[in-house]
Amino acid sequence: MRAPSFISFTAAALALAAITMAATRAAPAAERTDPAADAKAFRDYFVKKFPKAELDDFVNGPYSMNKDMRKQWEEMEQFPPYEFALDAGKEMFAKPFKNGKTYADCFENGGIGIRQNYPYFDEKEGKVITLELALNRCREDNGEAPLSYTKDEMASLTAYMAYTSRGKPMDIKIPDDPRALAAYENGKRYFYTRRGQLNFSCASCHVQSPGEHLRAETLAPALGILNAMPIYRSQWGGMGTISRRFISCNSQTRAVPLEPQSEEYRDLEYFLSYVSNGLPIAGPGSRP
Amino acid sequence: MKRKPITRIVLAASLLIAAAPALAASEADFKAAFTAAEAAEQQAGTLRDRWTTTEAALKAAKQAADKGDFEAAVASAKKAEALAKASIFQATSEKDRWRDAVIH
Amino acid sequence: MASTIRVRAIARGDTTEVQALIQHPMDSGYIKDAKGQLIPAHFIQQLTFEHNGKRVFIADWGPAVSKDPYIKFAFKGAAKGDDLKISWLDNKGASDSTTAKIQ
Repeated sequence: MRAPSFISFTAAALALAAITMAATRAAPAAERTDPAADAKAFRDYFVKKFPKAELDDFVNGPYSMNKDMRKQWEEMEQFPPYEFALDAGKEMFAKPFKNGKTYADCFENGGIGIRQNYPYFDEKEGKVITLELALNRCREDNGEAPLSYTKDEMASLTAYMAYTSRGKPMDIKIPDDPRALAAYENGKRYFYTRRGQLNFSCASCHVQSPGEHLRAETLAPALGILNAMPIYRSQWGGMGTISRRFISCNSQTRAVPLEPQSEEYRDLEYFLSYVSNGLPIAGPGSRP
Repeated sequence: MKRKPITRIVLAASLLIAAAPALAASEADFKAAFTAAEAAEQQAGTLRDRWTTTEAALKAAKQAADKGDFEAAVASAKKAEALAKASIFQATSEKDRWRDAVIH
Repeated sequence: MASTIRVRAIARGDTTEVQALIQHPMDSGYIKDAKGQLIPAHFIQQLTFEHNGKRVFIADWGPAVSKDPYIKFAFKGAAKGDDLKISWLDNKGASDSTTAKIQ
């Protein structure tokens, strides 16, 4: 029984060494949070990295990076695999709760064409509210049990709501409130922080290596990465919500995922959506 | 005088029996190692940076201990502690380091 | 109940291009659920497209085809306005069919 523990010790030691070596540079002084400057820098970085890509096309992830994949995707879009979830979502959205009210009663404009406004910072509560969270609150406020954040029903609902906003530019607001700025900054911190035994941050893949391969997958750029959510992922053989994707990305770096809709995830969604402001909503999407 | 083979066997056996406690881990050893590992993992948890491999090692340690294989259990527990400590180091250093990666 | 078959058939000259998306779990029988139990095999075994009573496309499927399969093929000899009948039969004896007009 000695050999396996030796190897694991070595693995742990190597991981520690890698982190140590990476930690030798001095940290720059903390700067004032300037989301608008961040967003511009974010956009400029990707536009410069992919000069042939159209700005709006970044929302299509790997399809904006790979011609062959794009061709297959365009064909699939004539009969997209998310169609069933979309139809189910439309039905679910229209069906009244036991008390007679509907989802439309919880949202601005009856919930139609509003997806691009999520997430938003709720100044009364002092926290970020995502669309998934808002949907479950709507359910609970009307005496219904909340849906799982990672399963098909939530994905169907957000698929339908995203569809009604297709083409509309992402429009996330950061009110002049230090708590909102803190939430944005927290999301930004989470995005760039390395985690898990594999020591990857979101940026490791989606800022440093978009267009490149991670095993058989082509990595998507971080710019516009949430605009096509929720997605039908062929790898999953089904739909995935934003919650599901954050959780699976965490486990892929061997980090224990946080609870769906935990503060870090909501703030991460806030940051990622804000820096993608102006890019069109393309949900629901499909991915390999 | 030719030493009888049986004497050698008895000698060897008695040496092994005497040495056995030093080779095998005890339940007490396991409990100590596991407690240390759990404490480190708890700290990693408050830093919101637990690793799946740490959790797997803790689980393996528990399972081995339940089967009475304390040697394997201690090995897994020590591995879990090492992984947990590495994750704590990661979380602590990333607190400032993340800024290096920000797009400007 | 809504049909499990979505189809679009477009005639261009003497060639008709057909696309279809079928809603079906297509369980191979090899995957285990969260409790560790094998999910029983449940997949389409035969898929047929008929035009004027003649079968223009037949697929004999097995467990290797994924969930919600998508099919695309082309055939000759049909015209705009003709009927195209699609039907499937799975290993549990369930079936569904639909008829679409070629556009």
